[in-house]
Amino acid sequence: MYKELRSHIISLLEANTRLDGRKLTEYRQPITVELGVVKTAEGSARVKIGETDIMVGVKLEVGEPYPDTPDEGTIIVGAELLPMSNPEFEPGPPQIQAIELARVVDRGIRESKALDFKKLCITPGEKIWMVVIDICPINDAGNLFDASSLAALAALKNTRFPAFNGVKVDYKNKTDNKLQLEKTPIAVTVIKIGNKFIVDPDTEEEKVVDARLTVSSIENGTLCAMQKGGDMPLSAEDIDKMLDIGIEKGKELRKHL
Amino acid sequence: MSEIKVKDKEISVPGEVLAVGMDVLPGAGTYRDGEKIVANRLGLVMMDGRTVKLLPLSGRYMPRTNDTIICKVIDVGFNGWRLDTNSAYSAMLSMKDATSEFIQRGANLTQYYDLGDHIVCQIVNVTSQKLIDVTMKGPGLRKLKGGRIIEVDANKVPRIIGKQGSMVVMIKDATRCNIIVGQNGLIWIDGEPMNEMLAIQAIRKISAESHTSGLTDKIKGFLEQNMPSKKIHQD
Amino acid sequence: MTYKQRIDGRKFDEMRKIEAKVGVIPRADGSAMFKIGNTWAYAAVYGPRNLHPKFMQDPQTGILRCSYNMMPFSSSGERVRPGGSRRSKEISLVTQKALLPVLNLEDYPNSVVDVFIELPQTEAGSRCAGICAASMALADAGLDMKDLVSAVSFGKVDDKLVVDLDYSEESYPDAGVADIPIAMLPNSGKISLLQMDGEVTKEELMKLIGMSKKVLMDIYEVQKKALKDKYKGVED
Repeated sequence: MYKELRSHIISLLEANTRLDGRKLTEYRQPITVELGVVKTAEGSARVKIGETDIMVGVKLEVGEPYPDTPDEGTIIVGAELLPMSNPEFEPGPPQIQAIELARVVDRGIRESKALDFKKLCITPGEKIWMVVIDICPINDAGNLFDASSLAALAALKNTRFPAFNGVKVDYKNKTDNKLQLEKTPIAVTVIKIGNKFIVDPDTEEEKVVDARLTVSSIENGTLCAMQKGGDMPLSAEDIDKMLDIGIEKGKELRKHL
Repeated sequence: MSEIKVKDKEISVPGEVLAVGMDVLPGAGTYRDGEKIVANRLGLVMMDGRTVKLLPLSGRYMPRTNDTIICKVIDVGFNGWRLDTNSAYSAMLSMKDATSEFIQRGANLTQYYDLGDHIVCQIVNVTSQKLIDVTMKGPGLRKLKGGRIIEVDANKVPRIIGKQGSMVVMIKDATRCNIIVGQNGLIWIDGEPMNEMLAIQAIRKISAESHTSGLTDKIKGFLEQNMPSKKIHQD
Repeated sequence: MTYKQRIDGRKFDEMRKIEAKVGVIPRADGSAMFKIGNTWAYAAVYGPRNLHPKFMQDPQTGILRCSYNMMPFSSSGERVRPGGSRRSKEISLVTQKALLPVLNLEDYPNSVVDVFIELPQTEAGSRCAGICAASMALADAGLDMKDLVSAVSFGKVDDKLVVDLDYSEESYPDAGVADIPIAMLPNSGKISLLQMDGEVTKEELMKLIGMSKKVLMDIYEVQKKALKDKYKGVED
């Protein structure tokens, strides 16, 4: 469906450039991270990478722990591909792309132990905090994965516990008790087109992706979550190169938090 | 006595009173409400004698007969192709209008134009129900190979083309790119990667500053600055 | 008991602080942001564009389709479950009715103009904020519009008629409250949205409607400026 676009992009990649003149492993600029943009949320952030614009809000709810982890709280990540952000998004229940986005962001946070779930316990076996993270794109100009994951981390950093009297949460009273982040996992999506690798694809580039690998890594470069997408398979060498790019770019993106 | 409440080249918004009085006439983009002439859209005020009209600054493309447009093939049927025109309406290209070659009945049409191909075609007819017929028979009408396609606001196309094509020719000469501008806001550019990018920057600049004066000189200066080897000659 | 002074100190006919900006969502054909106090709305317009499914198409005119949605973290209390509710569906409907009178979609048979309203933060007056944002976004999208649409919630708290009810007044515990959102076409003064919760006499309602024109003209001025500011570089 996109033969001409693909061959044009590949010839640009061979010449070490892209449609907008960026280098292959260059993110769009500016990248901005704004904290606390939504007062009604316990924590919030707005991230822009180029024209991609994502808002993430965190709400804290009190619930019952899972039976097999009675002294641990949990996170719940939701994402909606809001039709306002992209003419291709249709209204209705979350499509598979929204579900994948939410689960990839979830894994990055959960598996890195960015939050100590034991610290979210109120009364073991009875009450725990659930950290509910909602991802809402305002404008989708490509690379929702990286922008959403960065915004989710920023929103968590911004989160403060609401007052809780043991029975009811008082959302109107935010305490000074901040949610503690033990680690900062950053997701970087590396794209393979032809035999070249790029990061931060824009709308046009996303149309001709052969394969993608979203790599979440923490400060010391340890990997904590991965997701391969796209129709084409990857060789072991591909993955090796993509992981290197993912970890290196993760360090760069982390500086924005 | 009539009173004109806005200046030429001022931006006007829907509902804004542009003039009061019966001897001012409502032009395109305006309507009369009793004594008042009121803006019927967001636009740029243009005084034309005693007529006030508004030039559109935005708005999706509306297909018109005789327009040359760039379309994408979205469906291949038995005796024709369905095309995306970058508007709310798709167009039909039938076998008989597709090419000056003879196409056998029952031939595989994808060998001429396949799904995803971009073509330059001309609108032959638009019905009241917005059914659109196009033709590929005509000078300059063809399938596009190579190059890249960008989208601009269709309202800016006249400025990008310029008087008798002068603006787009200036960009083509300076960047040594082949450029075809569709009335529907799709533009095809083909050249060296860096030159393509310069041409695109020039086009985006024209789009953004379409109603400022001295635009031709500004673009000339911009191109000369970025392609110093090329001095631009203007007629 | 009488409502002597507004909880946040405003005058009875004073609106909360308003902010508006146009062209905030580049992928949309038209877009705008409208903020009144802590209520914050985005609107994106796509269209006229192809309409699926076919049975929804109208051969005589384009149709206007509106969707109002609160983001899950937008409420000052608990999280709002995504996916809309009966309330948001009703608001989508009255929003569409509020905007339709200014549009002429007869030149776009069989097509749709989609308006998506999303609210990151709500503190009373959200449907009106959505309508204000949507009408700027429709103008930004270059549609034929004979007027903008401006909207705000009027009301009565105890014995006082007020303009722009905020959250604390909506939930005022000590006396009766009437919440009356009104949308108006500023140039003609005609009303395209009128709803009410609470108790008022007919005289009080007509008095509020009388007050509404001036207040909504103030909102119109803000919307006008936001639209003109986007294109400021275009003028000479």
